[in-house]
Amino acid sequence: MDEVNVIRVGMAELKTGRAPGRIVTLGLGSCIGVCAYDTQTRIGGMAHIMLPSSSMAATSTSETPNPAKFADTAVPLLIREMEKMGVRRERLIVKIVGGAQMFCGNGYEDHICIGNKNIIAVETICQQLGLFISGRSVGGNSGKSVFLDLETGEVQVKTLTEYIKI
Amino acid sequence: MLRFEDLSRFQLDILKEVGNIGAGHAATALSQLLAEKIKMTVPSVSLIPLSQVSEVLGGSEKLVVGIYTRFFGDAPGKIIFLFDYSEALMMADRMLNRASGTTRSFSDLESSALKEVGNIMTGAYLYAMTSLTGFDYLSSVPAFASDMAGAILNTALLDLGTMGDYALLITTEFRLTQRKINGHFFLVPDPGALELTLSALGAGMPWTK
Repeated sequence: MDEVNVIRVGMAELKTGRAPGRIVTLGLGSCIGVCAYDTQTRIGGMAHIMLPSSSMAATSTSETPNPAKFADTAVPLLIREMEKMGVRRERLIVKIVGGAQMFCGNGYEDHICIGNKNIIAVETICQQLGLFISGRSVGGNSGKSVFLDLETGEVQVKTLTEYIKI
Repeated sequence: MLRFEDLSRFQLDILKEVGNIGAGHAATALSQLLAEKIKMTVPSVSLIPLSQVSEVLGGSEKLVVGIYTRFFGDAPGKIIFLFDYSEALMMADRMLNRASGTTRSFSDLESSALKEVGNIMTGAYLYAMTSLTGFDYLSSVPAFASDMAGAILNTALLDLGTMGDYALLITTEFRLTQRKINGHFFLVPDPGALELTLSALGAGMPWTK
């Protein structure tokens, strides 16, 4: 991807940006990409969330865990960052992508099927923060890439077989 | 808790050797299974920020096949094999005794055949680790996925997020020389298991710098 103004978001990262350009995260599996956009200021943000709850972080590590990793801390942080840039929370359009179950096989329900828990966690925190989720492409079994266009707020989701707008 | 970032060079070398011996056994098992010569690289031990994990294979969106096995016991972890999609199809041909190019997609039979490859290689790897460490390991049934490399790796490594911001990957590449099938073999120790493994190998140095 050599396009200018492409902001790449890796796993457990959170980024914001202003038009023009795109915010992109590639290869979401059970993780969730949360996109937020304000059409008035044309500011957007995306978080690539790994796990549902910050209570899952091991307490024995001395450092504070990276908030962008967990649904319950990443979404509030994303909103705060965007508010700092001048966005009003009420204007935010939120869309979520990911939470797939990537591996099929017996006995993986707890360990690897975290996708579903991630979806629920993200929906819960959005509700608590008064954010309305206006588009979603979640669940299923496919890996997805997400492209948030900062000009228009349009979210494109790419799987290996199709390209969809949500 | 030992953080991956705090490992010494010596400890990383020890892990590399574990990878070398384990993957050597796994490659031998594969070679016997397919009756073909196999070459493998010296393993690399890499500490990768979680945000960059999906780039490990040189492209998050590359279509690959992954076989994921979790192992339990004294020092748990996981083993992941990744093949290019087209090469995984060739591997399935070989396993199912079909002419090269016959398999076009993965249905139950084909994915089962590859899971079996994963199972046999994982067994050999763990057997070698048992001989080295004296630990007992018990492996799960393999799981199969065919999708974007990033999505597969991210998902397989999700639980590392509870411990820190890095993944420790012990990677070996192997190649079936006749068919030009390349595979990647990742051993990913659970963070808690690392201290135990290193201690068992006599590299249990003071953890805190």
